[in-house]
Amino acid sequence: MGVTGNPGPGVAPPMTSLRAKFLPVLTIVAAIVALWYVAAIGMNAPFQRDQNSRDGVSPDAWTFIGQTLTQPKPTMPAPHQVAENLWKNIFTVKVTSKRSLVYHSAVTLSSTLLGFLMGTALGVVIAIGIVHVPALAKSFLPWVVASQMVPMLAVAPMIIVILAAIGVTGLLPKALISTYLSFFPVTVGMVKGLRSPEVMHLDLMRTYNASKTKTFIKLRAPASLPFFFASIKVAVAASLVGAIVGELPTGAVAGIGSKLLAGSYYSQTIDVWAALIAGSICAVLLVLAVDVARVLAGKAMGARPA
Amino acid sequence: MNAILSKWRAGKGTFLLLSGVVACIAAAFATGGADEPGFAGLVGAVFAGLAGGIVGTAASSRRHWPVPAFSLLFDFLLALVLLWLVRSALPGSVGPLPGLPFWFFTVAAWLFAWSVVNRMSVFAAQGWLKSALGLAIPALFGLTVLFLWEAVTRGFGIPFVLLPPPSAIGARFAASIPLLWADFNQTVLKAVLFGFVVGSGAGFLVALLADRYAFLANGLLPIGNLVSALPIIGIAPVMVIWFGFDWQSKAAVVIVMTFFPMLVNALAGLSASGAMERDLMRTYASNHWQALFKLRLPAALPFVFNALKINSTLALIGAIVAEFFGTPIVGMGFRISTEVGRMNLDMVWAEIALAAIVGSLFYGAIALLERAATFWHPSYR
Repeated sequence: MGVTGNPGPGVAPPMTSLRAKFLPVLTIVAAIVALWYVAAIGMNAPFQRDQNSRDGVSPDAWTFIGQTLTQPKPTMPAPHQVAENLWKNIFTVKVTSKRSLVYHSAVTLSSTLLGFLMGTALGVVIAIGIVHVPALAKSFLPWVVASQMVPMLAVAPMIIVILAAIGVTGLLPKALISTYLSFFPVTVGMVKGLRSPEVMHLDLMRTYNASKTKTFIKLRAPASLPFFFASIKVAVAASLVGAIVGELPTGAVAGIGSKLLAGSYYSQTIDVWAALIAGSICAVLLVLAVDVARVLAGKAMGARPA
Repeated sequence: MNAILSKWRAGKGTFLLLSGVVACIAAAFATGGADEPGFAGLVGAVFAGLAGGIVGTAASSRRHWPVPAFSLLFDFLLALVLLWLVRSALPGSVGPLPGLPFWFFTVAAWLFAWSVVNRMSVFAAQGWLKSALGLAIPALFGLTVLFLWEAVTRGFGIPFVLLPPPSAIGARFAASIPLLWADFNQTVLKAVLFGFVVGSGAGFLVALLADRYAFLANGLLPIGNLVSALPIIGIAPVMVIWFGFDWQSKAAVVIVMTFFPMLVNALAGLSASGAMERDLMRTYASNHWQALFKLRLPAALPFVFNALKINSTLALIGAIVAEFFGTPIVGMGFRISTEVGRMNLDMVWAEIALAAIVGSLFYGAIALLERAATFWHPSYR
C-alpha cells in the first residue's frame, strides 16, 4: 500500500477520489452529448434546407438550427427529442398500453429472464457433467468452445419459424434463443470454476473420505461462485440480445425488437432511438441485478470484501 | 482377475457391454426373419468390436502398450464403419420407415462409439499421439451426432421443413456454391472485413490516445465497460436508415460493435506490463513513445488478440443480423431470413454451415497470427 490514498479506519475518503472518478466520466458523457447535437444539426440540415427552399423561406442561422432539432422524422434525432419520447412513453402512457415502452420492455425482459434461467441451469448441468465425466470433457467441450466462434445468432429466425411450425409460439421460442446464447458462457465459466479448487483442498476432502457429492457441495460449488457470477453477467447481456433479435424476424407484435423493426419500417427514428435507450436501460438493470446478487451471495457466504 | 476387472471399469467397459447386449437383441430380431440387407454384417461388426474392446482392455493391464493402442485404432475405425452402415441401412425418401431391429442397431452403434470415446479419453498417450487423440475424440463425437441426426430425421420420417438430415444440407450446400459465394462476398468480404478492420483499428487508436492521457482513460473505461453489456446490435435499423441498404450500413454496425471490445482490452493490455519493467525503461531515460513501442505494446499484444478474437465473432453476427433490417437481394442474413420465410430450411442450414465455416476460419486465422506475433508469451512456451 502506498503512503497516499489509504485513509485509516474511520477516516472518510477524501472528496478528491470521488471527483477523480466521476469528473472524467461526466466530461466524456458531456462531450458525447455535445457531439450528438452537432451531428444532429449536421445530418438533419440537408433535408431541412431542401424543405425550406421548397417552402421559399430562408431563415437565419439560429432559426435553422432550431428547425433541424425539431423535425418529426429526423435522420438523427436530437437527445432532447429522444428524452422527450422516452419520458412520454415511460411515464405518461398507461403501462398496459401498446405505446408504453415499459410494456415492450416487460415483454422482452420476461423472455430474457426465462431464457437466462434456462440457459444458466443448462450451462451449470453441462459443466457438472463435463467436470465429472472425463470422456465428456474430451469429446464435448471442444465443440462447446468451437461453437463460440460460430455466429449463433444467425439461427434465431430459423428456431422461431420451426417452433411456430410445430405450434410453439409466444414467449418460449424467444426464450430458447436466449437460452442458446447464454448457456455457452455459463458452461465455460463453470467448468473453470468447478475445477478451480486446489489439489491440496481436493486432497483434504479425500482424507475426510468425502463422497463426490459431498466434495461437490462443500468444495467445488462454493469455489466456483466467483466464476459463476462473472459468467452469468455475460450470459444475462447475451440473453437480452437473444430476446431482442428473436423478436425481429417474425414480426413480433410486442417487445423492444419489434419496436425497433416497426420504427425502421416507418422511419420513426425517434421511436427507434427511444427503444434503443430502453433496451440499454434494461441491460444496465440486469447487470446491476447480477452485481447485487453477487454481493449478497458473497456476504451470505462470509467472503472478504475485495 | 481383479486387476483386469478394475482396468475394465477404468476403461468404461460398461458401454461396450451395453452395446454388445443391444446388438444381441438386434441379432435375435435379425435371425427371427428380418429382411433388411446388411444386417448380418452389422451384427458381425458389433461383435468384432466387442471382442477387440475386450482384448484391448485386458491387455492394457499388462502394459503392452501397442496392443491396446491398436485395438483402440481398430475400434475407432470400426465405429466409423458402424455409423456408415447405419446410414446405408436407412431407407430412401419414399421407402417405408425402418423397424425395431434398425433402431436396436443404431443404439448399439451409438453405444459402441461412445465406449470408444470413453476408452480413448482415458488412454494415456504422449507426444503426437496425444494431439492426435485430442482431435480424434471430438471428431468421433461430432460424427456420431451427425449420423444420429441423419438416422433420426430419416428413420422417423421427420418433416423436411422441421429438420432436414445433414446429407440433404450437404447436397444443398454443394448445389448452391455460386449463390453461397455471392452471399459470402457481400456479407463477409465487403461488410465484415471492412467493419472489422476499421472498428478494431479505431478502438486501438483511441486506446493509445487514452493511454497517453489518463483523464481520457478514466472517462472512457467505465463507459466502455457499460457499453459491452448493451444490446448494440439494436443500432442496425438506424445504420440502415443512415447508410442505405447496401453493405456500408452493415459495415457501420460492425464498426460500432467491434470498437468497444478493442478499446477496453487494449487499455487493459497497455497497463499489463510490470512496474519493474517500466522502471527499467525509465532508468534507460526512454520517453513515452519508446517505452510504448519497446515494452508496453508488445506486452499488450495478448490482450489485443483476445479482442480480435471476440470481434471476429461479433463482426459476423453484426453483419448477418443487420441484414435482417433490409438489404439488396444478396447476403447471408438476407438469404437466411428469406429462405426461412419460404420454408427452405436446407438452404438456411447450408447458410448456417457457411457461417460456421467462415467463423471458424476467421477465428483460426487470428489464432495463428497470435501464435506468430506472441510466440514469447508463457502460454505458448
